[in-house]
Amino acid sequence: MSKKKSDKENIIIELKNVHKHYQMGENIVKAVDGLSMKIKEGEFVAIMGPSGSGKSTCMNLVGSLDVPTNGSIFLDEEDISTLDESDLAQIRGKKIGFIFQSFNLIPNLTAKENVMIPMMFQGTDPFIREEVAEELLKLVDLSDRGNHYPNELSGGQRQRVAIARALANDPEVILADEPTGNLDTKTGNIVMEFLEKLNRQGKTIIMVTHEPDLAQSHADIVYWLRDGKLEKVTKKKNGKSHKEKLKEMKWR
Amino acid sequence: MIQDYFSLAFKNLKHRGIRSWLTLLGIFIGVTAVVSLISLGEGLEVAVASQFGISETELISVEAGGLSGYGPPGSMVSDPLRDEDLEAIKKLGSVDKAAKRYIQTAKMEYNDNLLFGYATSIPSGEDREFIYSQLEVEPITGRLLRDSDRNKVFLGYNYYIDKVGFEKEIRPGKTILINEKKFEVIGILDRKGSMLFDNVVYMNEKDLEELFDIQDDIDIIAVLPRYSDEMEKTKEDIERTLRKVRNVKEGEEDFTVSTPEATMSTLNDILSGVQIFIIIVASISIFIGALGIVNTMTTSVLERKNEIGVMKSVGARNEHVFYQFFVESSILGLVGGAIGAIFGTLIGFIGTQGINSFLGADLTPNINFSLIFFSLLGSFLIGGIAGIIPAMRASKQNPVEALRS
Repeated sequence: MSKKKSDKENIIIELKNVHKHYQMGENIVKAVDGLSMKIKEGEFVAIMGPSGSGKSTCMNLVGSLDVPTNGSIFLDEEDISTLDESDLAQIRGKKIGFIFQSFNLIPNLTAKENVMIPMMFQGTDPFIREEVAEELLKLVDLSDRGNHYPNELSGGQRQRVAIARALANDPEVILADEPTGNLDTKTGNIVMEFLEKLNRQGKTIIMVTHEPDLAQSHADIVYWLRDGKLEKVTKKKNGKSHKEKLKEMKWR
Repeated sequence: MIQDYFSLAFKNLKHRGIRSWLTLLGIFIGVTAVVSLISLGEGLEVAVASQFGISETELISVEAGGLSGYGPPGSMVSDPLRDEDLEAIKKLGSVDKAAKRYIQTAKMEYNDNLLFGYATSIPSGEDREFIYSQLEVEPITGRLLRDSDRNKVFLGYNYYIDKVGFEKEIRPGKTILINEKKFEVIGILDRKGSMLFDNVVYMNEKDLEELFDIQDDIDIIAVLPRYSDEMEKTKEDIERTLRKVRNVKEGEEDFTVSTPEATMSTLNDILSGVQIFIIIVASISIFIGALGIVNTMTTSVLERKNEIGVMKSVGARNEHVFYQFFVESSILGLVGGAIGAIFGTLIGFIGTQGINSFLGADLTPNINFSLIFFSLLGSFLIGGIAGIIPAMRASKQNPVEALRS
């Protein structure tokens, strides 16, 4: 992870006055309407908001799944709002790991194969893919489940496979969309522990949720959205500052 | 990367339902038809030729009937051949020998079983030897007919081995009823490999004329040209003479003169007609098969929209998604073709075996490896082509929308 260290903390994702408008019949839906935020490397960020607040659109934009109608998005100082779909895919595959509420594992592939998929699109050597996948499954305590298909795994196990998959290309950012939404409290907590652990190891975590408790208890910073606009930003009390955490980082 | 697409495609296809595999039926049938047709190839030709009674004969045959020329033997024709026609032909300088033949459908009874078969006539005098030598008939048991024989017959091989339906073999010395009249069996012919010989009852011309009450109504005149290299000239001579005798104009003949070559080429025309027909049917079914693949792949793209979204979210470029579906579709086609090639080859083997045991021939199936290779390649390509549009649709999915489904 070589990075141009600016004098200040590194900004990994920056949204500059981002708009995302949809044409819905005769109406224009302003899903995101002039949003600006800076996410620093190593932060645990939560994007909070009720349904319809624009948080899903916000996540799609941050995750480079979608491009804004207006404004710019910088990922690692690169303006990604101008890239074409395929280049966007390439960058997102390398720099962002996704965790979805409904796990989104590919049903016809085993756990290990699911973890290997993102590496395939980056052209990683097949032997390395296999090695890395095994290592990552070990990390999420699923070494013995590598050859199981998703429908043979519990919800919690599936989400852990998804976490392993998100880490496959060693991305800088993990984007988690309601990661505990489909899990009971206990397994949800296990998943959150994994996310915190990853955060402690230096990964930037961006979590989208509609549960204020979840957001406030885990995230360093919570961005509250309403009607496509930033309503407020709250920081975790007693939380270690971002700088403090940086010092503790164990680089992988 | 390419092997990744293949292994992904295999994993996906492994989990496909029966519905996807049923769409392969079209390609399967098409390839089976083509491969079996070509594998059978020679065997088919020999089989049909022998059923038409075409051996290495040098006989020209004359039949009543116009251009169609293929009235079944014994069928009623408007103006039959008569003895005066035969006499006129016999007088031709280019003709060595000519003899009339009758072929009639006969009702036969034996062992309390009744069936219909063909009875054919053997002329008397020196024509008898001529016909025997031309037909190349040899008794396997008993003897052939002589001029002095009355109410006697010899039979084709299939009566001997009980293949005609009497449920009991017939040996010389037995009596069978033909059109309710008793005939003594005096001999059985050796196997010729054609129903036109092996299923036929042979009797003397007089017996047949009486039995069927024939006055002056010849079915076939068999003509041996004086010079075997003057087939065409002899044929033209016969045609000219018959036109005069029968008083018809050129182009309006009510008779047909056919040389062995002509019959062979007619036969080949029929065969290639059949082959063209099969190939057309095969092409249609392959085309339908391709549409089936388009259909199943389009469904698959819709069903796996979420998966496409996931692929894209973990870094799949558009072309990655395209190739994944494209390869999957190609393999789908290949599988259909492979099953078809296996079945086609199998049919080639079994069919040739069947022809061999039926005709006593010794044919080998024509297993053509480049044919198999190209039919596999072809079905792979057809699968691929069928997959292009669905794969393009897959690759153009918007990741956000795809993930939402």
